[in-house]
Parts: sequence; C-alpha cells; structure tokens
Amino acid sequence: MTLTHNQSAPTSGNTDDAQLLTDQEQQWVDAFMDETTLFLGPDPAIMRHHEIMPRSAYEEECIAQGIDPLEIDRIRKRLAGALDEAFEMCESMGAAPGAKWADLSCAVYTAEGDVTYLSNRGVIAFSAVLHHPIRYIMKNWKDEPTVGINEGDGFFHNDSRFGMVHNTDQSMLVPVIRGGIIIAWVGATIHEGENGACEPGGMPSGSETPFDDGLRASPIKIVEKGHLRRDLLTFLQHSTRDPKLMLADIKVKMGAVRRIMDTVDRLIDEVGQETFVASLRVTVEDVEIEVRRRIGELPDGTVTFNQFVDSTLKENILIKFACKITIRGERMIVDLTGTGPEILNRAINSPLASTKSFMAQAILSYWWPDLPRSTGALSPIEVTTEEHSWADAGYDAPVGQSLQASFRGFSALQTAFAKMQFSSPQKYSNVVAPWFNQINDFLWGGTTQNGEQVGNLCADLNGMGGGAKAFRDGEDAVAPLFCAMADIGEQEVMEEEVPFLQLVSKRLVRDNQGFGKFRGGMGYEMIVASRGTPSWGFMTVTSGSKFSSVPGMFGGYGCPVYPLAIVKGINIYDIIQDDPSQFDLSMERVMNEQPFAGGDYQSAHMGLQFDVAKEGELYMIAQGAGGGYGDVLERDPELVVTDLELDRISAQVATDVYGVVWEPGTYVVHAAETAALRAGMRQARIERGTPYKEFVAAFVQDEPPKDLLYFGSWGQDNDEELIATHWGGLEPERVSGKLAELPLIMVPDRRVLKIARLEERVRELEQKYGETVVHKS
Amino acid sequence: MRVPMTEYLFIDLDTERWICRICAHDFGDARGNYKEGTLVYDRDPREIHPPVIDPEKYEFTFSPDPAFCRILEFYCPTCGTQIEAEYLPPGHPPTVDMLWDIDSLREKWEAHGGNPEEVVNYGPGENAVTDLSARFDSVSHAQPGHAGHTHREGAH
Repeated sequence: MTLTHNQSAPTSGNTDDAQLLTDQEQQWVDAFMDETTLFLGPDPAIMRHHEIMPRSAYEEECIAQGIDPLEIDRIRKRLAGALDEAFEMCESMGAAPGAKWADLSCAVYTAEGDVTYLSNRGVIAFSAVLHHPIRYIMKNWKDEPTVGINEGDGFFHNDSRFGMVHNTDQSMLVPVIRGGIIIAWVGATIHEGENGACEPGGMPSGSETPFDDGLRASPIKIVEKGHLRRDLLTFLQHSTRDPKLMLADIKVKMGAVRRIMDTVDRLIDEVGQETFVASLRVTVEDVEIEVRRRIGELPDGTVTFNQFVDSTLKENILIKFACKITIRGERMIVDLTGTGPEILNRAINSPLASTKSFMAQAILSYWWPDLPRSTGALSPIEVTTEEHSWADAGYDAPVGQSLQASFRGFSALQTAFAKMQFSSPQKYSNVVAPWFNQINDFLWGGTTQNGEQVGNLCADLNGMGGGAKAFRDGEDAVAPLFCAMADIGEQEVMEEEVPFLQLVSKRLVRDNQGFGKFRGGMGYEMIVASRGTPSWGFMTVTSGSKFSSVPGMFGGYGCPVYPLAIVKGINIYDIIQDDPSQFDLSMERVMNEQPFAGGDYQSAHMGLQFDVAKEGELYMIAQGAGGGYGDVLERDPELVVTDLELDRISAQVATDVYGVVWEPGTYVVHAAETAALRAGMRQARIERGTPYKEFVAAFVQDEPPKDLLYFGSWGQDNDEELIATHWGGLEPERVSGKLAELPLIMVPDRRVLKIARLEERVRELEQKYGETVVHKS
Repeated sequence: MRVPMTEYLFIDLDTERWICRICAHDFGDARGNYKEGTLVYDRDPREIHPPVIDPEKYEFTFSPDPAFCRILEFYCPTCGTQIEAEYLPPGHPPTVDMLWDIDSLREKWEAHGGNPEEVVNYGPGENAVTDLSARFDSVSHAQPGHAGHTHREGAH
C-alpha cells in the first residue's frame, strides 16, 4: 500500500491519517516506501477522491490558445457518435450476456482519467469510477521501467478496489499518445459476468472473503503495442470458468476502442491536438460548473432518507443505509454517517468508489439526464462516509455482491431528489417515486447442452419496475436503475445457449405493485427448470424478502417483498409430458396447491447460494415493482378497476387499499358508493391515527427489538453511534458505539447455528426420556 | 406566498407554517418537522401487501414480515389525506425527512418573482404540467379537496 503526503483523505477520523509530517520527514518516508513497497495495492489517495483533477500545465496551455464553444460542441458530438458506434459494436459482438443487453459503456477520458464523455446508452455509473484505474496507471505504471505506457497499449482490470462498478465488469483502457505525451484515454467496459468467484456468474452471494470474490485484476497491461499478450490472457482465461468469454470479449473491447480511436485520430488531425485536449478538459469543467449552478437552484435544507436492508444473502438481518443530503447555496453534502458496519464474512459490502458510482448514476440518469455523462457530475458533491461501513468497505471485506450496498447509494439520491426538487420552478427531470433497486434475477452456471462451461445471469435483471411519476403510473418491467435503455433479451435465443427453460417468463404477479394515486410499474415472475445438462445450478443474490426494498413517495406505498420458491424432487418435464394440462404454472398455483406429488415445496429469502438444480426442478422468483406516488384514495377509480380486470390487483386491494366499489362482472365503477367508501376510509384514518407526539412516545423504543440482528444507527439524532450484532460465540450479542469502537463483525455459519440448536434439542430429549448416550467429539 | 413542497404540503412563507394543500390544516412551524402536526398509524404491512403464497405454509410470501417492517402512515388530521407512508423497523424513530431553510426559500422566490402555486410543475414535458394551487381555495371545506376540484392531474 502506498503512503502519500497529506493525501489519505482522513474522512474516517482515524488519528493515524491525521498526523501531518514535516517535509523532511515526508521525504524520508517516501524514499523508504519507494525502496520497500511490497506491492502497489489500491491507493487511498486515488480511491477516496471522486473530484476531477486540477488542470494540468498542458491543459492550461491548450485552453490558453482559445476556446470556440461551437467547435467544442462539434467535437463533443463527434465523440458521442464514435462512442455510440463503439457501444453498438460491443452490444452486437460481445459474448457476455450483459453486453447483449447493454450492460456496458464506452468512454473518452482526459489524460488524468476524468471521464469527458460516455456513450449515450449503457451504464452511467462508469462515469464516476473509471478515473480511479487510469490514475493508478498514470501514477504507478507510466514511469515504471517494467511496465510503461506506449502507443498501442491496453490495460485490463476488474477489481472494484481499484475502481469499478463491481467485480464482474472488465475494462480495456487505452492511452491516446501524441508526441510522446499522453493526451487522453479511451475505453470500453463490459459486465462480463463470470470471473472465477466461489460461485458462477461473477456476483457471488456466498463469498466470505475477498478471495471468494474471484478474479482480482489490478490494472495490468494486457495489450502491448497493439498485441494481446498471450501469457496474461492465458492467466485470465485460466482464472475463470468461461475462457471463451474472456478471449472473445477482450477482443471485442479492443475492436470497439480501436473504432473510438479512429475518430479521435481524425478529430486531432482536423482540429489540432491542443483544441482536442482543451475540449475534453472544458467539457469536464463545464459539467461541474453546471452541476454547482443547478444545486444552487434547489432549496437550501436537509432531506433524510434511511434504508433498511434485510439480508446478508445468507441470513436475514437488518442493516441500515443512512443518508442525509444537505444543500447550502451551491454546496451539496451527502452524508452516509449512521450506515451499518461492514460484515467481514458476507458479500454485501461495497467499496466507497462503487457506492459513489451509483450516486452518479442517479444524478446523470434521474436528476439531470441532459448533462454530458462526465466525472464532473459527481465531482462538486461532497460525500461523507465512515471507512469500514458497509457502504465504504475496507480492503479485507468481501465485495462479491457489492450491489447490495451500492444500489442503495443510487436509491438514496434518487428517492431524496423528489423532495429536494419538488418546489423548484426549474426542473430537468420529472418528479418520480423510487425505482425498484434489487437484482431479482437468476444467476446460473454449469455445463451447457453444447458441452461448454459457463457462468452468468439472466437478462431479467433489466426488468425492474419503474417508480410512479407524479402524473402517471410507473412502467412495468421497464429498465434497471443503472441503464435506461437495457434489454430483457430474447428468451428463445438464450435457450439455445443455456440448458434451462423459462417455463414462465414475464407474467405479471397480482398485487406486485407499489400502490398510490399513481402506482409503481410492476414486476413479472420467472419460473425456470434445467434440462439436458449433466450439471447445472442456480443462484439468487437479492435482499428484500422481509423488508420492502423501496418505499413510495408522498403517501404512496412501496413494493412488496419477494420470496424465492423452489420445488425439489420433481421433474416438471416428465409431469407435463404425461399430463399437458399441468403446464399451468405460476408461483401462486404451484406453491399453494402443491399439485406435484412427491415435490418438496420450499420458500426462502432471495439469497440463494449456488444450488444444484436437477432436471425439471422448479425455481421461481418475481421481479420487483417501483414505488407508488400519492395517496391511494386519490387514484382514479377507473384505473383501479382496469388493473382489477387485468388481474393486476386483487379484489382485496381494490376494496381495502383503494376504496373502490364496482359491479362484479362488468367492472363498472359505482361512483357514489366509491366516494362514500373513500370518505369513510378518510374518516377512519382520522379516528385511528394518533397525534405525532403521543405516537412517538408509544412506538419509539431505545433500541431495536431484541431478536432483530440489527446494524446501524437507531434514529437520526446521533448517527455516529451505531448498534451492531456481534457473535463472540454462537449467541448474538448487541453492541454499540462509534464505528471504530465496534468489534469486527463476522456472522457464524447458519448451518453451524442450526446444528447447535439441533444438538441442544437432542440433549433436551435425551434428558426428558432418560436416555444415556455417550457423545464422542 | 405558498410554496408547494410536496404533493400535499405547502410552506406558507408569510406565516412560516406548514399547511395542507388539500384542506389548509396547519401542521406547524415551517422551520420544523411537519410530521409533528400529523396523525400517525402503525400499519401491519401484511394489510397493505397481501401474501401471494400461503402464509400458513410458508415463511416468505410477498408480505413484509411485521417483526422487521412496519408502515407508518401519516395523515392530515382534518381531511385524512395520507401525506407520507414510511417503512421502518418496529420501534425506530420516524425520520425527520425534510428541514428547510425558510429564509433562503423566501429569498429564492422573491428573486424569482412568480407565484409558486402557478409555476411549479412536475418537471419538463407537457404531461408534467400541473396545477399545484391550493385545493381549499376552490372547494368548500365540507369535503375538502376530494370532490369537484378542477386541477389538471391525471393527464397521460
């Protein structure tokens, strides 16, 4: 690890970080560290900063030669065209399922790594994270005799500790060099999926150490002077389950980057190197300036939004993601203090850079989508976190399913913005309720019908329900929070490549809505079963089975929660072949009627570690819904009965939640009866509601319920004081204190706990019945 | 001057009070927490999110677990409008979700010069144009805001 003078960003309050050295002492430390560095890990001086770099001397020189805004606009448009073209190349040719559905991005960067422009489609979060690896390369490899940076070189990395959305993504970063000077970078990054983690697919819910997270590629020079290095390629292929994917997509990214480079070369020839460099730099700065101006348009104040996540993906807990956003003039401070501690043997922790990247996703996709996708967008926003919280995980914490925390960074900003911007007369996006924010999807791995080893995920990840807008219902299964124009794929095409069928695909689940004056977009269910494979398995990587993942907005309700349902011990294909009428599948029917003799029907939370799926065993999940907007009793009754007629909601919801009376059979609304019912429901609210102070006195407790495995602040008056659950032995104990004072949090293996409970029960029964049994250890 | 701060809440800059946009109920000091002027109900989440699979057979059913999650419903004491629904662990203090700098808000609107009730919309685009004026100005208080108001919401 590198130690650097005054650059360690002492946000954690760590007293070691706060010690300032004299210049002489710093020189000694630098000289010592240069001579004795064991290896160059993630550099806090790089990783803890999301601000754009100051202008370099060369950039100053280029800008000093004069700026023509129209010419810069033309350059931006040319770059945007090139990036979109490269994006489409990756989408069309990429081997990764993620690439085929737009889970990727192409970008142009300044020499110091600030993203100037990102492809219009794709994952915007990359705009706030890929400056980290470029700064690492520039700092450590540029002048390193054994590495260096030359024309035609290309760098690969995937480890989010060095700056990546998460470890499934893989980059190709290529310098633009003129006259021996690095004047820019271009790059392509794809969600590749498989990365050799402890479970297939690259997003292991079961990782318990960073080494379970799979490939840990720091930035390495995979392409040297235009040639793909066979030795390193072999290492990468050997390190994952899908060597063909690795080879194919490194080549795809090389091709896409080459296409961007063609445009860059032509642009530089046309406008000159200095103008090109100035345009990149000015774009980044312009975005930052505009973001400050837009912050200044928002009302001064503080909006607080806390989230509670109910799973480690192995057991149900409740861990807080706290967020206070304060606006003062053109300053905005996002403060995550109060967020629960990292859990050192669970996959849900996120590096700070990954959490921040999804803040940028919210800003550039849901706040100000008209801005160029640039590092400048997040740059002026101050972010306060505590190092070793689960949103700002340390080096030793597993981050295999970091989206659990980083997606909450998105929701914190996206949700709060409805309140932040509501009163503003100038808006750049609509007022919208929370978008669904979970990875309700099947990951899979094993041997395909074509004899290949694979590990990846379904495109249904991209079918998240949209939040309701203030003036219309949210859209069903419209897009993932991280990519506005993603695709949910062609199921028949996928089934040619993987040995399972989606026996139910994209059927909406009744009552899977965020209810409101306008309701959230709905999610659909998926039922899968393997077929024609010697070995196969599924995983799920989602929280939100006990505590709703997203709330509503301004009186609207949030999404429901989502179970995993499994039927083991059957072969649905044999059943259907014997009796085709049984091909009437839904989670509701299968689980409630249990129609298949001999089946083992199970429901569970949605953190399923890789589970061997025998042919014809059923795995069932549902995609999530967006939050609702406004009071349910203001919903147009005609919209309610339309949903009822389409079986989108139950009669119970239409009556008890929405207060609508209709004519059975014709679905004609009885307007007078509906008005009367709703008036009665409003009156009932007034009668059952308790004045706030009385309510707080009765409801609020000093700490969480005893049996809840809780992590985070309790309330918001003292967010630095955290509550956590600690296992010194097998029994959990509640501890509290500042984050730095808490013991390391590790959760015992749930099977060990279960065995302990069963052994205790055996002892009780032996005592009860007087049986003497010698238990040898 | 009344500024629409949420779908159902104004801040009256003249009186510095939170007031209900539907019925003019006074929720309290605009420099403080509007929730202090509401009625609150601790809702079992299973009543709002009904189970899809049988809770007699299964632990995980599509209904939130009331031991993990409660829904606090905040009502206007006069018109009964549900102005907020907050998902919280049992016993967790309700969130003070908005605190505004009233002096700054006033300065901004004085500089703007427009009537907030007329110029605030739901965002860019024709379908986001709305009428966020007080409903209590146009209807009788007998049925505050819930019959006969003429705002243009609901355009698709």
